[in-house]
Amino acid sequence: MKLSIERAALLKAVSQAQSVVERRNTIPILANVLIEAEGDIASFRATDLDIEVVDKTVAQVERAGATTVSAVTLHEIVRKLPDGALVTLTEDPAAGRITVEAGRSNFSLATLPREDFPVMATSEYSANFSAKAPDLRRLFDKAKFAISTEETRYYLNGVYMHIADGEEGKVLRCVATDGHRLARIDAEMPADALEMPGVIVPRKTVGELRKLLDDDDMQIAVSVSETKVRFATPDITLTSKVIDGTFPDYTRVIPQGNTRKMEVDASDFAKAVDRVATVSSERSRAVKLALDEDRLVLSVNAPDSGAAEEELAVAYGDERLEIGFNAKYLLEIANQVDRENAVFLFNSAGDPTLMREGNDTSAIYVVMPMRV
Amino acid sequence: MDCDAFYASVEKRDNPDLRDKPVIIGGGDRGVVSTACYIARIRGVRSAMPAFQARKLCPDGVFLPPRMEAYATVSRQVRTMMDELTPKVEPLSLDEAFMDLAGTERLHGVPPAVMLARLVKRMKDELGITGSIGLSHNKYLAKVASDLDKPRGYSIIGKGETADFLAGKPVRLIWGIGPAGQQSLEKAGVRTFDDLLRWEKEDLVARFGSMGERLYHLARGEDYRRVSANDPVKSISKETTLSKDSSNIDLLDGHLWRLSEQVADRAKAKNYAGRVVTLKLKRANFSALTRRVTLPGATQLSDRIYRTSRALFDQVVDEGPFRLIGVGISDLVSAEGADQFADLLDPDAGQREKVERASDAIRARFGKDAIRKGRSLN
Repeated sequence: MKLSIERAALLKAVSQAQSVVERRNTIPILANVLIEAEGDIASFRATDLDIEVVDKTVAQVERAGATTVSAVTLHEIVRKLPDGALVTLTEDPAAGRITVEAGRSNFSLATLPREDFPVMATSEYSANFSAKAPDLRRLFDKAKFAISTEETRYYLNGVYMHIADGEEGKVLRCVATDGHRLARIDAEMPADALEMPGVIVPRKTVGELRKLLDDDDMQIAVSVSETKVRFATPDITLTSKVIDGTFPDYTRVIPQGNTRKMEVDASDFAKAVDRVATVSSERSRAVKLALDEDRLVLSVNAPDSGAAEEELAVAYGDERLEIGFNAKYLLEIANQVDRENAVFLFNSAGDPTLMREGNDTSAIYVVMPMRV
Repeated sequence: MDCDAFYASVEKRDNPDLRDKPVIIGGGDRGVVSTACYIARIRGVRSAMPAFQARKLCPDGVFLPPRMEAYATVSRQVRTMMDELTPKVEPLSLDEAFMDLAGTERLHGVPPAVMLARLVKRMKDELGITGSIGLSHNKYLAKVASDLDKPRGYSIIGKGETADFLAGKPVRLIWGIGPAGQQSLEKAGVRTFDDLLRWEKEDLVARFGSMGERLYHLARGEDYRRVSANDPVKSISKETTLSKDSSNIDLLDGHLWRLSEQVADRAKAKNYAGRVVTLKLKRANFSALTRRVTLPGATQLSDRIYRTSRALFDQVVDEGPFRLIGVGISDLVSAEGADQFADLLDPDAGQREKVERASDAIRARFGKDAIRKGRSLN
């Protein structure tokens, strides 16, 4: 195999590959990227056995062929090459090496045979549809902060993507929760998506998917089966197993009867929470919200280190209310708001609180209070 | 100061008929030896050895269940004697303690070596138990010295003799280096203190992490830890050896609940709460299996400890049958601020907490068995 490729294109392909390979893997071939050259296309394939990503890019192929080489090392080399360089990859099967040449730089790297590289089995997808990159971006970006890292509840270690009944008909919905906060984000249901089975997309896949979604005009081909999900652009195909488990019935968690409404500028609110939380060094810092007629007092009282208080003007017309939250959780949901005011709907100090942006119910957040 | 075969000595003192018999303290048909007297040790019985093995080695041994209250009483009496020598007494267990005797010579009019000789004599005369003394210029060497010629030992490692003493000695002498640590040292070519001395500090740190720096100093007989009178509790745990290896989920679940409740009881009594819950299991072939999880906030509730350890157990349930099961909490904090977090997906947790607090109040008033969960009967 021999091919030449522009440095920027190569860097993009191998950086995606090196982020998929597992850093602490014990199977040597899984640290490698499979490079295949054929016609005028070079493809770069990497897997951790749960996720597989294939990046195809145009290259000058002198000699077709395939081999595998350490994804991390190749990425490091290409990253350090000067911008605009033309990189030539030449395989020497007899020596079990590949040379990487660019200008006056020359590297020789050990390879492993392509036959040993595990390729993810193809499967039948029960739904294939096309979604706009900005829609998917919003669905996953706004939900992913709530993904749990708790291994004992592995079915929460991802985003639950499914078709649901929205207020105005069927929607494509993403839900994530760790038991302390929950995010429920809706997007218009794409044509042909109705039959899609609900799947839990793992955290790592969500991270990898994000790299496909930067281009606003891109249409993403989405394929879903009970066990796998695939997202593809013309260049990149990301295939992932989904979490084998049942996502809990989140609808019971979303409060319906919260009537005490507070409206606040999200950015002012986030900054105030961040400021008052400074005085406490505890990992789960509690912020107390005291609400009165159009007035919110945020306070933190950490007996060992200090106390802080800040007042904010808000729109609130209900009875007095005192309620506590983990500062980090409040900050994270306030940071999801980007256009309008944050609207909080409270019930009592012990009940879950709901937050949304203005009157937009296509993105809602639920957060559990703390005792203060 | 390290008492000699402490539990067994107390038993022999309280029942002179046992004096010339091999006495082994530890659990029933199963379980492990917690202490073997020196006669039993001649036959090869060791602490932490499974009871059946001890029985095989020593069929005429007198096997006794531990009487913790009796031992605690004697331990307190010894402690009182040590407290008279110095305010800096750091107990390691019921039968072992560090004493910092620096600066006490003027008070007592005799050097520490004499004070310690008087201490063991007093223990023998007034309490009828014996102990071994290790005297040195830091904790780690004192500990090593106390083990040098047990029982009724008395060893001193002076500052000047430290290097000579350590020369050629195997590194397993270092307290806290078990078989695994020994193996990783051996992989690096370190068997003796001489091997260790050849390493630069940076290389040791690079290879062994935070332990590396400690190894560097220990190799030179240096240990800067203080004798602290009240070392904070680091974890609370309870474990039980099953009377028969089992993979019966209901049975193990019953144990999980009772152990969780014991851990919670202790945490509540001491006003502690823990952020980390650990499940410990031993398979029938004695291999250990540990799983732990960090909670979003600290807990002292048996309900939460139980549910967490049960979720951990569910991950490894296929690895049975098991011979031992244990539950613990660590990363301890004060109970204020504990159990403030609630779970959206477990809306009944608050109700269960109220039930637990209410039954705690009932048990405090009417005794431990006044009210129990049905689950504990499994």
